[in-house]
Amino acid sequence: MYSQGLIGADGRTEETPEFLARFQQRIDAEEKIEPKDEMPEGYRRTLVRQIGQHAHSEIVGMLPEGNWITRAPSLRRKAALLAKVQDEGGHGLYLYSAAETLGVSREEMTEELLSGKAKYSSIFNYPTLNWADMGTIGWLVDGAAIMNQIPLCRCSFGPYARAMIRVCKEESFHQRQGYEIVMTLAQGTPGQKAMAQDSLNRWWWPSLMMFGPHDADSQHSDQSMAWKIKRFTNDELRQKFIDATVPQAEYLGLALPDPDLKWNEEKGGYDHGPIDWDEFWRVVKGHGPMARDRIKARKKAWEDGAWVREAALAHAEKRRARKIAAE
Amino acid sequence: MAEFEALLEIADDHLILGHRISEWCGHAPMLEEDLALPNMGLDLIGTARTLYDHAGKLEGKGRSEDDLAYLRDEREYRNCLLVERPNEDFAHTMLRQFYFAAFMRPYWLAALDSTDETVRGVAGKAEKEMAYHIRHAGEWVIRMGDGTDESAARMRDAVEALHIYVDELFDSSDAAQEAEAAGVLPLRDALRTTWDRTVAEVFAEALLAQPEAAYAQRGGRQGIHNETLGHLLAEMQVVHRAHPGARW
Repeated sequence: MYSQGLIGADGRTEETPEFLARFQQRIDAEEKIEPKDEMPEGYRRTLVRQIGQHAHSEIVGMLPEGNWITRAPSLRRKAALLAKVQDEGGHGLYLYSAAETLGVSREEMTEELLSGKAKYSSIFNYPTLNWADMGTIGWLVDGAAIMNQIPLCRCSFGPYARAMIRVCKEESFHQRQGYEIVMTLAQGTPGQKAMAQDSLNRWWWPSLMMFGPHDADSQHSDQSMAWKIKRFTNDELRQKFIDATVPQAEYLGLALPDPDLKWNEEKGGYDHGPIDWDEFWRVVKGHGPMARDRIKARKKAWEDGAWVREAALAHAEKRRARKIAAE
Repeated sequence: MAEFEALLEIADDHLILGHRISEWCGHAPMLEEDLALPNMGLDLIGTARTLYDHAGKLEGKGRSEDDLAYLRDEREYRNCLLVERPNEDFAHTMLRQFYFAAFMRPYWLAALDSTDETVRGVAGKAEKEMAYHIRHAGEWVIRMGDGTDESAARMRDAVEALHIYVDELFDSSDAAQEAEAAGVLPLRDALRTTWDRTVAEVFAEALLAQPEAAYAQRGGRQGIHNETLGHLLAEMQVVHRAHPGARW
């Protein structure tokens, strides 16, 4: 998810070479950068953008799975899905808090999301069309997110790195839970197995796209690597993900929808077929099948909730005034 | 059999309200409520699961929690009408939650003395959860009642809409009466004073008046519901029913 957060990031700085060298020394010494420390403006901007996009992804990510809470086919699954979607909201909250340490408020970030200025992970612009999608999203989408996020636990910016430790623990639970949902379906009735295969067919390629463009086409990776915001390239992470996932699909007896997927003895990893980058850029730019609906749903929640937030503020103000009057 | 039916009534109350609350997930007025509402929903669904499981065992026909939740139609559902009312807005949602929790807290406290071990176990956990629901929903009733003109008007609308469903909470069906006489479940009627006090305290702070109900709308315990319940169940049961006998 986060690698998409770097698309279009502007990491240019105007600080003096001495200042930048001193900062780089701290980074190279693996020191954590904390909110009140000096930092290049580009570093701050890159992080605000990346953490903000990560937070928005968690919040928008509540919608595709929330779509199935009321239809979960057993009470156990219903409770687990509700708890999972709640976890995503919790991740959003930690991440907004981490971004706030860099001087940008949650309200500002929310406004940017709703106006379309800020992006979120393109994966959430795909629709959830059957129950198996609740398994596949956990298995593949959260699986891909973990590949991205484990290295972020060592990110040079302290609040982000610390938030990611808890996020990763929960995501890894979601991933196992998702895999277990798909396994139950794969071992179930022919109808359930077909549901699982259909879901895998739809989510496989978008999951690979979550790692972002090929390294050769990724403009901002170098600076982010040097600042240790990012520690592996898009292609390295994508390869790790594919190598981990292929045997899992084989174990389930499900087919990955890529005829070119085969083991490459020489590189010790799988080769895969071409990714449809036209589709990727289309979805990133907000033309995904569900893009309008997602933002519309977030806007509706925000606008419908305005009177509630205003009431809470007005009440707090009245309490404060009464307290002062009583003193 | 009476205990089975009486437990089903309470289990249905919890599942239907939990389901309603879960409809908010991802659509709440603020992120904090996107976290709090599923918490309350999880409490309710968790209680429903234990009660269904226990009821199914008492019935002795091999029906599981999912058989009871997913394979009964609206006429077979026994929840009270309050819990199935649509979310409408945040004022309706929080008032419904507050009314229900204000009833269930003393109910579970009294059920700590149940002759049924499972009921005692559920009560021990649920009374704490209901205390939290009273606090959380009650604070919102106060904020909205004594907030802006709009929020106060919406709270008054919610009170107006929901107060006719309150009396049904205190009714005991024939099955419930049998279970009460056997010491399995608490007397519903005896909880009125506590409920009135809890609501009066919050309403005083919320600057809300508790209207006299011109009449009480009843029917849920006989399976006479509002039209909305059928739609809720259709949505909840669709996947489960489309794959008969499947394991999930």
